[in-house]
Amino acid sequence: MKSAEEIFSLLKEKYNDGVMELVKQPVDPYITCDPLLINHISLFLMTHEELLFDNLMNLSGVDDANGKSAPVNGVNTIEGGTLSVYYHLESTKFRHKIVLRVSAPRENPEVESVTLVWHSADWHEREAFDLLGIQFLNHPDLRRILMPEDWEGGYPLRKDYANPEFYRGMKVPY
Amino acid sequence: MAIKTEEMVLNMGPQHPSTHGVLRLELVLEGEIIQKVTPHIGYLHRCFEKHCEAMTYPQIVPYTDRMDYLAAMGNELGYAVAVEKLLGIELPPRVEYIRVIMAELQRIASHLVAIGTYGADIGAMTPFLFAFRDREVVLNLFEITCGARMLYNYIWPGGLSHDLHPDFVRLTREFCTYFKPKIVEMNNLLSTNRIFIERTANVGILPLETAINYGITGPMLRGSGFKWDLRKDDPYSVYDKFDFDIPVGTGKHGTVGDCWDRYDVRIKEMEESVKIVEQALDQLPEGDVTSAIPKRIKPVVGSVYARVENPRGELGYFIVSTGGTSPFRLKVRGPSFVNLGIMDVLCKNHMVADVIAILGSVDIVLGEVDR
Repeated sequence: MKSAEEIFSLLKEKYNDGVMELVKQPVDPYITCDPLLINHISLFLMTHEELLFDNLMNLSGVDDANGKSAPVNGVNTIEGGTLSVYYHLESTKFRHKIVLRVSAPRENPEVESVTLVWHSADWHEREAFDLLGIQFLNHPDLRRILMPEDWEGGYPLRKDYANPEFYRGMKVPY
Repeated sequence: MAIKTEEMVLNMGPQHPSTHGVLRLELVLEGEIIQKVTPHIGYLHRCFEKHCEAMTYPQIVPYTDRMDYLAAMGNELGYAVAVEKLLGIELPPRVEYIRVIMAELQRIASHLVAIGTYGADIGAMTPFLFAFRDREVVLNLFEITCGARMLYNYIWPGGLSHDLHPDFVRLTREFCTYFKPKIVEMNNLLSTNRIFIERTANVGILPLETAINYGITGPMLRGSGFKWDLRKDDPYSVYDKFDFDIPVGTGKHGTVGDCWDRYDVRIKEMEESVKIVEQALDQLPEGDVTSAIPKRIKPVVGSVYARVENPRGELGYFIVSTGGTSPFRLKVRGPSFVNLGIMDVLCKNHMVADVIAILGSVDIVLGEVDR
């Protein structure tokens, strides 16, 4: 069983700039990482013999809404800032847990997919893509999962989401 | 002369009695052999997570009921555990014990539906009626507790909406005595039935490594022979005070991790749940159940991930707080959502009729898959 500090120093040693910092907060501390290296970091965490993080408990996309917000045509829009993805990992052998966080710029949110490391990431990543518009690079099957296939009204879980006026020619709200 | 063959695409659902809700499976067939299964979900998407961002913490409780509507007590418990972890509050012991009793009764009710409908899916109608007769008794217990039979709004962050009915303890004890022989009856009727075993043993075998890599939890993971239960392995509430076993799949009639094993784990889990309920009733302390409920929930800045063992597996809540009275972001890791993702692996090279048997053994609730 390793503490968050030990896991962080192992990662820092191996990836240097790819791993930024260990953020301490009241409940679960997390490690911030480079979104374009996350697949390598994941593979390392899963295969390292003292870590063996074999279970991805959860993967969540979050709109940080930390950019500049300004009303455009009466609709609040956010410019700049980041979208984040949180990874909650656990080792079923050693019983330790860790949280990773990657942040990508809002205008071009590209994050490497970890589906090839943990298959459970497949649908979680599709959900984050569907509802927040995060692009997961090298995902085997990145398409909508919860919203209709022909949805064009934007990304519902972004903080500046506004309801579309029409859906398939029908006025909303009808 | 060679017979000309080609692949066929067959749609199953969204309106199909064996998909347990509005699920559409796209099957690619070679003759009657499954080549590929693609689940299409989202027909029941109600934007639960978006709604939560506009509501205060206590207001979210009734919405969590409506995710896994067969195990609403478990959903409320998971949400309450997450918010309490974020707030860092201690609960009176009576609250914890009542929560455990409710969660375990809910597990029995939920597994009864799973077992009953599983039998009905593959042609045995009587176990379905027997299971619903027994589930009715559990629902009556919930009804005298909080007035509702399926969507309770009973477990709140910090406590319970109100205390137990004066008759609850007596009636629950009566239920425990009544229910134990019923499990034996179900075993005689369905578990050891030759036709049932033929339909489920050696069908949809799930190897353990695959299960963990796909994030499978709950009875499915235990059916593959892995002793992993959050009630024991990552204890929450007061589960560490009870003595109970974790049943795992043994491959009694086929291979470890087949449909029969997953079914059998559910039957055995009901026995364990009865044990936990009886112990909790024996130890039930006195006290006030509403004293620890915060007047106003306003957590500090930070994020939390808390999980509980729901009847279908690991139910996790990820809450990001920015210090407001409503969550900045709430993400639910539903066990059905994750477990359904393995359909393609389980169904490959099986017959069309086996898809029904496999889907029933996964035991999904679409309200939770789509949220």
